[in-house]
Amino acid sequence: MQQDSSVSKYSGKKHVKFSDEALALAHKIMKRYPEGKQKSAILPILHIAQAEFEGWLSVETMDYVATLLKIQSIEVYEVASFYSMFNLKPVGKCVIEVCRTGPCWLMGAEDLVRFIEKKLGIKEGQTTPDGMFTLKTVECLASCGTAPMMQIGETYHENLTFEKCGAVLDEYKNKGEQVSHWRKERIKHHSDIHR
Amino acid sequence: MGKQLLINDLDKDGIATLAGYKTHGGYTALEKALKMKPEEVVEEVKKSGLRGRGGAGFPTGMKWSFIAKPPGVPRYLVCNADESEPGTFKDRYLMQRKPHILVEGMIISSFALGANTSYIYIRGEMMFQYHILEKAIQEAYDAGLLGKNILGSGYDLDLYVHCGAGAYICGEETGLIESLEGKRGNPRIKPPFPAIKGAWGCPTVVNNVETLAAVVPIINMTGDEYAKIGIGKSTGTKLISASGHINKPGVYEIELGVPVEEFIYSDKYCGGIRNGKKLKAVVAGGSSVPILPTELILKTAKGEPRLMSYESLSDGGFVTGTMMGSGGFIAMDEDTSIVKNLWNFTRFYHHESCGQCSPCREGTGWMEKILHKFIEGHAETKDIDLLWDIQGKIEGKTICPLGEAAAWPVAAAIRHFRPEFEEYVKKGRSMIDVKHYYRINNLQPA
Ligand SMILES: Cc1cc2nc3c(=O)[nH]c(=O)nc-3n(C[C@H](O)[C@H](O)[C@H](O)COP(=O)(O)O)c2cc1C
Ligand code: SF4
Ligand code: FES
Repeated sequence: MQQDSSVSKYSGKKHVKFSDEALALAHKIMKRYPEGKQKSAILPILHIAQAEFEGWLSVETMDYVATLLKIQSIEVYEVASFYSMFNLKPVGKCVIEVCRTGPCWLMGAEDLVRFIEKKLGIKEGQTTPDGMFTLKTVECLASCGTAPMMQIGETYHENLTFEKCGAVLDEYKNKGEQVSHWRKERIKHHSDIHR
Repeated sequence: MGKQLLINDLDKDGIATLAGYKTHGGYTALEKALKMKPEEVVEEVKKSGLRGRGGAGFPTGMKWSFIAKPPGVPRYLVCNADESEPGTFKDRYLMQRKPHILVEGMIISSFALGANTSYIYIRGEMMFQYHILEKAIQEAYDAGLLGKNILGSGYDLDLYVHCGAGAYICGEETGLIESLEGKRGNPRIKPPFPAIKGAWGCPTVVNNVETLAAVVPIINMTGDEYAKIGIGKSTGTKLISASGHINKPGVYEIELGVPVEEFIYSDKYCGGIRNGKKLKAVVAGGSSVPILPTELILKTAKGEPRLMSYESLSDGGFVTGTMMGSGGFIAMDEDTSIVKNLWNFTRFYHHESCGQCSPCREGTGWMEKILHKFIEGHAETKDIDLLWDIQGKIEGKTICPLGEAAAWPVAAAIRHFRPEFEEYVKKGRSMIDVKHYYRINNLQPA
């Protein structure tokens, strides 16, 4: 059977495409590596892809990144599944990443996770029914002196108490926006960086 | 507080910008270095006695002199800004507040190594700092400090920042290189070492953020002067990330050789233990180094005061000593369960093992499971011996040191705190009920 190249051969869904700004940024990043080694740009480009497509990497998204980098799809799947920041399943608009490692744990990270679970009515790893929050626990985020802490998008929320954490979550909920590690504004305004 | 060379001027206006950094003496070391020969720069770093600040403490000047120089093959300098060793947060602190010291250090070091393209590999979670570095690099390009013919010297350098995406193992230098090449961060079998065959098969040096930043004061003050700071072979200053149950957690720049007791209890540093509690144990150099009980961290087995230096911290080997590591200083008070803390660390190593070597992949998993048995209250005495046996079978049998980093904490916890494991076996629970948040904040659990 003839393959339709505008359709993913795995899911049969239509291929996705970056915005013009994201595409320009991806090409700029690819030039940072030696000739012929553009695969090196895969991690930054997958971050951009998560920002572009609702915070997670679908098979279609990964296939698209493979065509951008001129590599096999399997090479993208292999990498995407290795790194903990990439979500391979749909997530909430706002992914809460609570540090659970030693120093944060000594300062009450475990209790903080229980607090968030209770507040949102979900367990670690789950997404709220309204699609607003996904709760993840992650390993040390290099912020142990301001423990306990959590990351949402690029922002670290530090020295958390239950009250502070609750207020932060309410704020995100009120805004209701999608938050990604590589902020969307940074994709739009990347032209201040020339190389 | 002793001498400070890296974070002494963080309160100065605009120090995070090129203009502010220059007003306070920034980029004078670069001007000086570009008038020297590359070998002379390497020589200064050798004389300084600077040792790698990423964890292994290898002499930097010596590492630089190993780089292969086949004609016509590019060489690379890669800065390791992956900072993921639990308890360590100094690099993030420095890059956020004074990014230009890293940029300047990288230009000087690249010049010394003859690299014309260099990268800063920053962990993906530090996306905020990634963009701070992007901006600093752009400022440096605009001012002629990067690019072609830097400051009229004829030396060309392109510097790029590259982000990871969440994997502790990418801090290991060959895992980092694999990741930079766009692959899974699986460490490589050595030899060949990166200095011979690194990024894209070319000679590569990987150095920690703090190491490269320290090159700036070394060039400014000369290697000989830098070597006068500190104690013995532990020259210069070191950033210590202090966390856990102390009154004043944070990043401190110490002159190497400060007594540990002073570091913990003096108001200049940690300010003592929170809530008037007693200190129980310290992990002095990031989660991978052996834990020590209070008696042994304050004094060596010979009864001498222990100092914050490479030699003094490792005095007594692993039987009664520990390691400087990355300088991640984690203090635990009397109410901490050593067994549960160990389970937490072991879970970390199991989660972060890349899975290439069976002793590491399986061993970390077994150790986590057995430790979980203790916490759940079904452990038996023979499980203590089993843990001991497993950790001993990981050490020295893996591709990279993550295996050892997982084994050492287990060995040290059993060595120094065996009665706590036995208590768990006997009573089926800890001597201490862990509800850290409530305890620290003097609250009653709801
Ligand atoms: C599992 C593992 C993780 C490591 N993580 C880091 C890290 O996050 N940052 C770092 O600078 N070095 C890390 N290292 C040490 C590096 O392999 C390497 O020794 C260091 O970057 C060399 O730089 P230096 O000589 O300037 O210290 C790690 C090593 C191992 C085995
Ligand atoms: S020791 Fe562990 S982390 Fe290192 S290469 Fe082997 S399996 Fe991977
Ligand atoms: S342990 Fe949580 S940031 Fe380091």
